[in-house]
Amino acid sequence: MNDIVNLSRRDVLKAGAFAGGGLILGVTLPGFVRNAAAQQGTTNFAPNAFVRIGLDESVTVIVPHSEMGQGAYTSVAMMVAEELEADWTKVRAESAPVDPAYNHTAFGIQMTGGSTSTWSEWKRLREAGAAARQMLITAAAEKWDVDPAGCRAENGRILHVSGRVLRFGELVERASRLQPPKEVILKDPKRFKIIGKATKRLDTPEKTNGKAIFGIDVSVPGMKVALVARPPVFGGKVKSFTADHAKAVPGVRHVLEIPRGVAVVADGFWPAKLGREALEIEWDDGPLASLDTRTQGEQYAALAREAGAVARKEGDAAAAFDSAAKKVEAVYDLPYLAHAAMEPLNCVADVREDSCEVWVGTQFQTGDRAAAAQEAGLKPEQVKLHTTLLGGGFGRRAVIDSHFVREAVQISKAVKAPVKVIWTREDDMRGGFYRPRAYHTVKAGVDTAGAPAAWEHHIVCQSFMAGTPFEGFMVKEGVDETAVEGARDNPYEIPNIRVVWHHAPPGVPTLWWRSVGHSHNAFIVETIIDELAHAAGRDPREYRLGLLGKNPRIKRALELATEKAGWGNPAPEGRGRGVAVHESFGSVVAHVIEASIGKDGRPKVHRVVCAIDCGPVVNPDTVRAQMESAIAFGLTAALYGEITFERGRVRERNFHDYQMLRMNEMPAVEVHIVPDAEKMGGVGEPGVPPVAPALANALFAITGKRLRHLPIRAEDLKKG
Amino acid sequence: MIKLKVNGKDRSVDVDPETPLLWVIRESLGLTGTKFGCGMAQCGACTVHLDGEAVRSCVTPVSRAEGRPVTTIEGLGADLGGPLQQAWIAEDVPQCGYCQSGQIMAAAVLLRENPNPTDKDVDDAMTGNICRCGTYQRIRCAIHLAAKIKAGGKK
Repeated sequence: MNDIVNLSRRDVLKAGAFAGGGLILGVTLPGFVRNAAAQQGTTNFAPNAFVRIGLDESVTVIVPHSEMGQGAYTSVAMMVAEELEADWTKVRAESAPVDPAYNHTAFGIQMTGGSTSTWSEWKRLREAGAAARQMLITAAAEKWDVDPAGCRAENGRILHVSGRVLRFGELVERASRLQPPKEVILKDPKRFKIIGKATKRLDTPEKTNGKAIFGIDVSVPGMKVALVARPPVFGGKVKSFTADHAKAVPGVRHVLEIPRGVAVVADGFWPAKLGREALEIEWDDGPLASLDTRTQGEQYAALAREAGAVARKEGDAAAAFDSAAKKVEAVYDLPYLAHAAMEPLNCVADVREDSCEVWVGTQFQTGDRAAAAQEAGLKPEQVKLHTTLLGGGFGRRAVIDSHFVREAVQISKAVKAPVKVIWTREDDMRGGFYRPRAYHTVKAGVDTAGAPAAWEHHIVCQSFMAGTPFEGFMVKEGVDETAVEGARDNPYEIPNIRVVWHHAPPGVPTLWWRSVGHSHNAFIVETIIDELAHAAGRDPREYRLGLLGKNPRIKRALELATEKAGWGNPAPEGRGRGVAVHESFGSVVAHVIEASIGKDGRPKVHRVVCAIDCGPVVNPDTVRAQMESAIAFGLTAALYGEITFERGRVRERNFHDYQMLRMNEMPAVEVHIVPDAEKMGGVGEPGVPPVAPALANALFAITGKRLRHLPIRAEDLKKG
Repeated sequence: MIKLKVNGKDRSVDVDPETPLLWVIRESLGLTGTKFGCGMAQCGACTVHLDGEAVRSCVTPVSRAEGRPVTTIEGLGADLGGPLQQAWIAEDVPQCGYCQSGQIMAAAVLLRENPNPTDKDVDDAMTGNICRCGTYQRIRCAIHLAAKIKAGGKK
């Protein structure tokens, strides 16, 4: 490896963001300049650093990934600290500035998503830590005038066989003058002291005393607060508006039209809100004025019968279905879903003559900075974007058109002052960029021996990749990966299978949403396979295991979850037990759910036993936390989540009609990690897809009813 | 001018008396630990103590707080705040962390009123506070742990 640079040697750094001195090491990987990074036009070699060691012994890890609750700051810092042999109590994490050096090692732009933060840094940041360790050893050996072979690093110090010891801080100045090592030597994983150990998050203390700063908490001198009145129908536009009453609200300073609506700029949130309520706007609703959930469903049903893009084809599914011994035919309708992060969207922008600063909780730094530059009329390198903590992301803060950043920049530029745009909960809920609605039809059958013979699966949903810079990556031969993921890769041995995607027309803005396509496709695959098991008169666990010959990893997770859940023993009185297993984002998760029907006729979830194979684990407690989180997220969607339309307008608006799982509904969750697993995968998303099907299968065990609609409705559970 | 007593300090603010206490705390006083989540008392992210009771500051007009003690996460005393924060850290509760100020403020009232809450008591006291990251199981454990820490501290 020859691409580590000692950034302490660069004057630009000493004068810039990392002023204060210390050893600063950066690593660039060959081939990182790809795609969007190239488009962005940034050619200067700007600061590029992951590790900063201070004279005060502090070790700061500069993390290229946003912290949105998934624990990225801690896991990434653990990797660096491990190789560096740092004293963990001295380690802190800091968000990276925007620079191609921090581009995602797999995606080529700076962003956070796809459950990748850990595995994508597994090489790069361990190497950054190891290089720093080697340089500190070299510095100590020089100072002592000894052979470096006799030196080793341990707990923030360099030790020599003679018994001499120097702390990292004492070596900073000398190490800063060194060339990085030509060859970086990584530790033998057997000697890991931090990686693999349950480690407390670095960001917990500040998240329990009110000191953590999210985007919405940023305040800069002279800042105004803006709310934007956006069209009530997606694709609508302002026809005309009257601002007289809004301007009469004390504290309102400006009312202006921007491309996405009318902005009211005031001294604070409350006058901005009163001002917005006082606006009189005539809207042109545009082509979606009559959008309605019911008629859209009919449109999707018609689309499912037309020719689509074939994502997978083996054998002859249609002929095999016709001759199957037992058949299952099903139509599923799964709704649009909002992310509903606890922190509503917001962005602070301060546009000056020749510079622009943006403070934002974002998952999409490269795109957001480029968008801010475009709106401000500046070059990307004139825009300084600060990534704050994110009060939840789930995909909503990785917005391809950067709309919530653009708005803030447009308004700041117009009013010549720093502006914080705050979205109300209603703005956020009705602001679109939902998980696509997905309409599925399935025809599946088993042969006389009970083995699956046919599987014909049609998926109707929108594409949020088509027409974006990601299209080249994500849409192959007319098939959008985010639409078919989890269905095309149906893991069961089925001789005749066809999976077809029908591209639903655009209109409602859609986006990734914590596991996206997997979140609906796993529901179909895992409930239909359960149904085939019952059709074959077989136990759903045994049936699945018998069809997973080529997938030992999926088998193992399924075996672990079912074993820990006591599968095979009768479920507690009044409860049903269901299982589902699904591979996504490089990991496999199986859930066994125990549920009952409450007196109100609604499902009650008592217990979830989860097993995950995510390969080598950096922080086992983060893996457990992400499974607990994914289960709550998946149950929220299964029990409540649904965005609907009437006369073009979103009906839901806040947490009273778009409900979240609450404390009294949280089941007991047990998480088991498959030990000694080999392939490193993600953990943020993979726990979500198997939740809804495991619940539906558990409810089937009680009611004998198969659920084809989410969220689960009480009437769908009535026996008979 | 409206006179407030926030975290033991006297403050005066010049705002519309109908302004929700939340925005006065956040914008006029600069105490951003109290969060905006829904604006209609649905999520609990804005929970503060008014006269020692947990209230949703997003729907509490600032005029209602005039002359009455307000406590925010920043001013939660060592007696309740100490054990709760210690327990939250021990259980590594927060993920994104945005709702946790409100969760801790709600839990503080629960523990003051009920030093040894059952799971049912936790459900009753905490069901008004949403956590989108789903940290409920850890919040429950942390409340039980905080109760133990608090009881131990008194010995």
